[in-house]
Amino acid sequence: MLIVACIKQVPDTTQVQIDPVTNTLIRDGIPFIVNPYDTHALEEALRLKDRFGCRVAAISMGPPNAEATLKKALALGVDHAILLSDRVFGGADTLATSNVLSAAIRKLHSDVDEVGLVLCGKQTIDGDTAQVGPGIASRLGYQQLTLVDRIVDLNFSGKIIRVSRKLEGRHEIVEAPLPAMLTVVRELNRPRYPKVPMRLAAAKATVEVWNNQVLKLDEQKIGLKGSPTWVSKIFSPDRAVGEILGDGFADPEGTAEMLIEKLLAKDMLPI
Amino acid sequence: MPQQTVLFTPLLVASVAFFAWSLYRQLSLVGLGKPDAGGTDYVRSLRSMLVYAFGQKRILRHPFGFNHLLMFWACVFLVVVNIEFMLEGIFPSLSLAKLPDRIYFPICFISDILSALVILAVVNAVIRRMFFPAYAQARTFEAFVILSVICVHMLAYFGINASEISQGRELAAAYMPVSNVLAGLLVGMTAEELGLFHVVSWWTHAIALMVLMNLLIPYSKHLHVFTAIANCFMRREGKPNVLPLEAFVEGNVFGAGQVDLFSRKDLFDSFACTKCGNCQNACPAAFTGKAMNPRLLVNDIRVNLLVNGSRLKRGEAPILPLIGNGGEGSVSEEALWNCTTCGACMESCPVFIEQMPKIIQLRRHLVETEAQFPEELLNLFENMEGRSNPWGIAPSERAKWCSQLDVKPFDKNTTEYLFYVGCAGSFDSRNKHVSVAMAQLLDRAGISWGILGKDEKCCGDSVRRLGNEYVFDKMARENVEIFRERGVRKVITQCPHCFSTLKNDYRQYGLELEVIHHSELLRNLVQDGYLKLNGTAGEMGAVVFHDSCYLGRHNDVYDAPREALRAATGTAPKEIGRNRNNAFCCGAGGGRMWMEEHSGERINLTRVKEALEEKPDTICVACPYCLTMFEDGLKDVNADGVKVLDVAEVMAEAVLR
Ligand SMILES: Cc1cc2nc3c(=O)[nH]c(=O)nc-3n(C[C@H](O)[C@H](O)[C@H](O)COP(=O)(O)OP(=O)(O)OC[C@H]3O[C@@H](n4cnc5c(N)ncnc54)[C@H](O)[C@@H]3O)c2cc1C
Ligand code: SF4
Ligand code: SF4
Repeated sequence: MLIVACIKQVPDTTQVQIDPVTNTLIRDGIPFIVNPYDTHALEEALRLKDRFGCRVAAISMGPPNAEATLKKALALGVDHAILLSDRVFGGADTLATSNVLSAAIRKLHSDVDEVGLVLCGKQTIDGDTAQVGPGIASRLGYQQLTLVDRIVDLNFSGKIIRVSRKLEGRHEIVEAPLPAMLTVVRELNRPRYPKVPMRLAAAKATVEVWNNQVLKLDEQKIGLKGSPTWVSKIFSPDRAVGEILGDGFADPEGTAEMLIEKLLAKDMLPI
Repeated sequence: MPQQTVLFTPLLVASVAFFAWSLYRQLSLVGLGKPDAGGTDYVRSLRSMLVYAFGQKRILRHPFGFNHLLMFWACVFLVVVNIEFMLEGIFPSLSLAKLPDRIYFPICFISDILSALVILAVVNAVIRRMFFPAYAQARTFEAFVILSVICVHMLAYFGINASEISQGRELAAAYMPVSNVLAGLLVGMTAEELGLFHVVSWWTHAIALMVLMNLLIPYSKHLHVFTAIANCFMRREGKPNVLPLEAFVEGNVFGAGQVDLFSRKDLFDSFACTKCGNCQNACPAAFTGKAMNPRLLVNDIRVNLLVNGSRLKRGEAPILPLIGNGGEGSVSEEALWNCTTCGACMESCPVFIEQMPKIIQLRRHLVETEAQFPEELLNLFENMEGRSNPWGIAPSERAKWCSQLDVKPFDKNTTEYLFYVGCAGSFDSRNKHVSVAMAQLLDRAGISWGILGKDEKCCGDSVRRLGNEYVFDKMARENVEIFRERGVRKVITQCPHCFSTLKNDYRQYGLELEVIHHSELLRNLVQDGYLKLNGTAGEMGAVVFHDSCYLGRHNDVYDAPREALRAATGTAPKEIGRNRNNAFCCGAGGGRMWMEEHSGERINLTRVKEALEEKPDTICVACPYCLTMFEDGLKDVNADGVKVLDVAEVMAEAVLR
C-alpha cells in the first residue's frame, strides 16, 4: 500500500512582496518553506507508515529548486521523493496543477504500489485556493474528504476510512471507501523534527525528477496553456501608515490614558 | 608476635590484591569512553592539584571546610604511619622505632597529636551531618559508616600505643601526650590483661584499615580520596563553557545516548564525586524543586557505567538505559530539560566535575538522534533554522529598532566596531530600548561603529545549549563566513549569550574576534573620558546588580558592570546575597527562555525575591534575558516602583539626560 503526500514549496509569506509591474510574486531572494499545511499531511502519512508499515511517497510540482522541499521530506522518512518539474508545467493554475499531480499519482499507482490515500494540505499560504486537493480527487475518481483534523478509523484491507472534518463551530464524522484524498488542517497532528542521521542521508540522496517526457501529458492540459484562469491584477491594498503616539515604556500611565481617550472618542469602548 | 604475623600476612596480601583489583575493575571502565583532546600543560595541572586538592581551596569556602582540610592532611600523614604498621605486621623487625631518635620521636609526637585531631574532626563531621547537613539526603548510612570506621581505626591506634606505653615497650612514650593520658587509664591492669588489650587494639586497627581499603575506598564515595586528587590534576584549561564540535558525516553518532559515548574525562568525573552536594545547592533547578540534580546526574552516570560496563566491554548493548525513567543509573528527560546551563554546579564543585557539558551531550542525543524534546522547542528550532531568530520574525525586520536613528552599516574599511545587536536587542520591544541607549552612547563617545542590519543573524546560543548542534553548526558557519567577508575584528555585544558565543564558541571555527560586552566598553569609555557624566543617574535610588551567568561565571566579567554602575550613579551598586560567581541564575539560559516552567517554584521569582531583600529602587542587569525574567518576576510580587534597567540604560541616564 502506498500513501502519497502532496507538498508544495512556498515562499516564506512573512517576507513576500508583489511586483507592482507584473503583478506576480517576487520570488527572488525570498527563502522557501514547505507549505505549513503540507507538513501536517506529510506527518500523517509518516504516522500511518509507522502504524501500518505502508510506504510513503512525497510529490511536489515546482521549479528545480523545489528539490529542497523533497529533501526535507526524505529527512523525515519518506520512501520516495519525486519532483515534477518541467518548463511546460510552469505557469499552471489549479486545474493544470491538478492534472500534473494526478498523472504522477497514477504513475506511482502503476509503477510502485497500489495507492490507498492521497494527503494534501488544506490550502497553500501563497495561492490560498484550496482547490488542488479536490482537483486531484475528481481527476482520479477518489473520494474527497476535506478539512480533516483526525483520522478516526482506517482499514486498508476493508478499504474504508472514517475521519473527523473540522467545520466552523462543529465537527463532522465522515466515512468513505478507499482510495481517498484528504486535505488536512493543522490540528491533525504535530509534525516531527528530522533526526540528524536522516538529514545527512537525505542530503546525499537524489530526488527523482519527472518531466513531461515521463508523464506524457497533453501540453494543452498543463502549464500556462492548460490554465483557463488568468490573473489580471495582484496588488497590496493601500493601508494608511500608522503612527506612534506614545511611549508606553517611558510613560505607561499617560500612554494608557491617551489610548482610552482615543478609543472613547471613536466609541470603541463599551460604557 | 609470630602468630599475628602468620595471620596478618596473608590477610594483608589478599587485601592489597583485592583493593588493587577493585580499583582496576572500576576505573578501567573509564577507558570505554571517547578519548579527550587533553592538554599537556603539566605545570598547570600540578599547580591545580596543589592548590585545589592539597590546598583544598574550594572546600575552604564552606564553614566546615577547615575540618575537611584537617582530616585530609592528618590522613596524608597517617597513611605513612599506616604503611609502617602494615610492614611491621609482616616483618616485625621493620619498625619506625629503628630510626634514630631525632626522627622517630617527632614522628611519634606528630602522629599522636594528628590522630587525636582526626577523632575530633570526625566528631565534628558527625555533628555537622546530624544537625547541619549540606543537603537533606546527606545523612546516609554510608557516610556514617565511613566516619565510624575512621574513628574506630584511630581509637584502636591509641589503644595500641597506650598498651605499649603501659608495657614499657614504647621508646617515644614521653613524646606521645595523648597516648600517655590514655595509658594512665590502663594502670592497674595485669601484664596479661595488657597483652590482651594490645592484641585486641592491634587487630581492631588492622581490621578497620582493611575495611577502609576493601569496602569503603573502592565501593563508596570515599573513593574520592584518590580520584578527587586526580580530577584536580586533570582540571580543564579555561572555562568549561563550550563542548567539542560534532562532525556531520554519515555514520557518526551524535550526542551521548549511551554511557560509553561520554568522554573518558566525563566518566572519570563520575568516580571523583564526593557527594558533597555543593552543586545541588547552587543549582537553580534543584533549588526550586525541579527534577535535575547535578549530584545525582554524576552519580547516575557512574552507576550506569558500573551496571553496563562489562557488557559494553564485550561489545554488547547496555541493559540499563542512560536516559530513562530517572531511577538510579538513568537520567530523566525532564531533568535534562530543566538545566539552565548556568554553570553554578561546576563553579561550586570542589573537584572540578563538569556537569553541564554532560547534560548538553545528553540533550544532543535527544535532539539529534531521537528528535525528542519538549514541544515548545519545535517552533524555536524551526524559527532559528528558517529565520535565524527565536520568534520567527522576518529577518528583514532586524534593523527596525533603529529606524528613527542614524545608524550606519558596518563598513570593512572605515568602521572599527561592529555593534552586534542580537535577536533580543533587535526584536524584543523592551530590549530595543537598550539597543537605542547603546547606539546613543556610542555616538556620544564618538566611536566608529556600525551594524550588519538585515544581514545580522542569530548567534545560535540557545540552540547550541539545547543540544541542537546540527542547526548551531549551520548558523555558526554562516556567521563566521559573514564576519570574515565583512572584515569584522572587534565586536560589541549587549547580550552575554552573544558575547560568550562569539568569543568562545566561534573560536572553535577558527574565528578570533575581539568581543567586548557593552558593560566593559561603557566602563572603559567613562574611565578614558569619552563619556562625560552629568550625575543624574544618582536619582535612580538604590541600585542592586544581578550577575548574568554567561557574563560572570562563564566569562569572569564581574567588575566591569559594577564599575560602570558606580561611575554612573556615584555609588557602588548593592549586592544580592548570592552574587558574582555564586550568583543565582534568572532562569532563562540554556534555552530555558523559550520553554515553560512546569514544576517547582519559578526560578525568576526566586531570584527577584532575593534581589528585593536588598530593598532596591532599581534592579540593574546586563543581559536581555535577565531583563525579561526580572520584569516578569516583578509582576508577581508586590514591589511597587521597583524598576529593572540594563547597565546601558542607567549609563544613558547619567550621560544623555
Ligand atoms: C488564478 C490563478 C493564476 C495563477 N497563475 C499563476 C502563474 O501564472 N504562475 C505561477 O507560478 N503560479 C500561478 N498561480 C499559482 C498556482 O496556480 C498555484 O500555486 C497552484 O495551482 C496551487 O494552487 P494553490 O497554491 O492555491 O494550492 P491549494 O489548492 O491551496 O493547495 C492545496 C494542496 O494541494 C497540494 N498542492 C498544491 N500545489 C502543489 C504543487 N505544486 N505540488 C504539490 N502539491 C501541491 C498541497 O498539498 C496543497 O496544500 C496562479 C493561481 C491562481 C489562483
Ligand atoms: S548548569 Fe546550572 S542549572 Fe544546569 S545543572 Fe548545573 S547548576 Fe543546575
Ligand atoms: S559533583 Fe562535585 S559538587 Fe556535586 S556532589 Fe559531587 S563533588 Fe560535590
